[in-house]
Amino acid sequence: MGIRITNVGPVTTIQDAGRRGYMAFGFQASGAMDKKAYEVANILVGNAGGESAIEMTLIGLSGEFTSDAVIAVTGADVSPELNGVSIPRYRAVAVKKGDVLSCGFAQSGCRAYLAVHGGFFLKKVMDSYSTNVKCGIGGYLGRPLKKEDLLYFNTVSPKVAGLEKRGIEPPKIESCAVVRAVLGPQDDYFTEKGIRTFFSSEYKLTNESDRMGIKLDGAEIESKNGSDIISDGIPFGGIQIPASGKPIVMAADRQTVGGYAKIATVISSDMAKLAQLKAGDTVRFKEISVADAQDVYLKEMKEIDELDKKLNGKQYKIGEAIKKIWKK
Amino acid sequence: MSEHIGEIRILPAGDTALVLEFGREISDELNARVKGAYGYLKQNPVKGITELVPTFRSLLVCYDPKEIGFNALCDTLTRTDFSPKTAGSAAARVVRIPVAYGGEFGEDLPQVSAHTGLTEKEIIELHSGRKYLIYMLGFLPGFPYLGGMDKRLITPRLKNPRTKIPEGSVGIGGEQTGIYPLASPGGWQLIGRTPIKPYDPNRKNPFLYNAGDYIVFDPIDMTEYARIQKEVERGSYVCREEVV
Repeated sequence: MGIRITNVGPVTTIQDAGRRGYMAFGFQASGAMDKKAYEVANILVGNAGGESAIEMTLIGLSGEFTSDAVIAVTGADVSPELNGVSIPRYRAVAVKKGDVLSCGFAQSGCRAYLAVHGGFFLKKVMDSYSTNVKCGIGGYLGRPLKKEDLLYFNTVSPKVAGLEKRGIEPPKIESCAVVRAVLGPQDDYFTEKGIRTFFSSEYKLTNESDRMGIKLDGAEIESKNGSDIISDGIPFGGIQIPASGKPIVMAADRQTVGGYAKIATVISSDMAKLAQLKAGDTVRFKEISVADAQDVYLKEMKEIDELDKKLNGKQYKIGEAIKKIWKK
Repeated sequence: MSEHIGEIRILPAGDTALVLEFGREISDELNARVKGAYGYLKQNPVKGITELVPTFRSLLVCYDPKEIGFNALCDTLTRTDFSPKTAGSAAARVVRIPVAYGGEFGEDLPQVSAHTGLTEKEIIELHSGRKYLIYMLGFLPGFPYLGGMDKRLITPRLKNPRTKIPEGSVGIGGEQTGIYPLASPGGWQLIGRTPIKPYDPNRKNPFLYNAGDYIVFDPIDMTEYARIQKEVERGSYVCREEVV
């Protein structure tokens, strides 16, 4: 059994670490927008990496549990409550059959994650649980979650040891983010002035931002001779400059290739900060070298691995074991 | 921007990706080099590379810095001989796509005829029966960017793009031709439709073709269309293909 959804925002989908290996066929990578919050949620409830979780956007979900579970809510502050009593974010919480979870509008941040011990009972499509709404595949019936959906869990009687230790201090969520970006791949399409503008201006998130791209408003970036290129692959965090001169940071549901020059690429660690910005929030870009960016990446991966090791060691990585049984 | 054709540039794309840039124009020669590198890296995987995205003229290489750092990956890629001969990439396939031209499936055929001055029959003859190289896939899952359309068929895109183009539509947009594997908005002139699914997530291999393969369109009539459509629904249709 699992959870019956009683209230849900319009952009609430099942996501995982992303659909890997199909970009060459024009298939979007998908996956959680804030990978850090997604991973921590799964670690807190004792799941193996790559397990499914629910990504909520701006509006948190509410639902009734139809079986016992261990859950964690991370990312944006959606003020989660259990049976009307506030529960902490970034902490594993045991719930009983019949309990009611209710989350509200994001008080800070934009995207929240709900993970359950053992993961949701879903089938991978092309090696991933992630919902690709455009293609109508993955996740729950290939679509965003709706009221009255009933999501089953892989585990019905969860046993998670050391619940009291399974929590971390919720990270501070900023509404004026400074994100680090590596110049390139097509920074040479822009004038020196354009690059200066990019790194010295404050940009505002527009309400056209979504899982595909984060559209920014602010100072126009000057190109040498226009910013059209012959289509090129787009990485997560690639910053396209279209004819308007205003940056678009390409995100999880981005198309695989695109014809606008990319002045720089947001480093993977800071994509989590961008994923938590709402329309009207601001962002500044700060230049970083590839070497320094990779140090940041390694440091962050180490922190996540250490949290996983500390809480889960080996014995609680049950997600994969369950899937093996299910396959049989 | 002029680049020597033999020169490969490595451009950083953040902390977990880089671009191998072979040039900045569209040419079969450049694309063959991209295909060579793509094929080589698929057959000789480098530990840490997580994704490869070939395009007209570049290869996006995503990687995990936990496994390999930027400098080490650059060294490895610089030392690799990507010339198509050495790369010995997998043989290209020619995938045959049956298409019912004109009528309700190709409602812009009269417009293409008016623009090009060719009869509908001539358009079908010029469009089908020839090999189109798949430069890359993108825009939609399995949407092929094809090279090699007869210049006489060039027709501008619609002034007002359609909000929904049905799955399987075959169209012409400027100098390009292609198939819409999924229903999508789009501005191409529709000249026909295929009953087969270039992309089907439920099939063992969801995609019928890869970048570097070729497509040939085979004209079929409505009876044939209906017959193939039934086979596709039953899952018994096998797409015709040859190895070149």
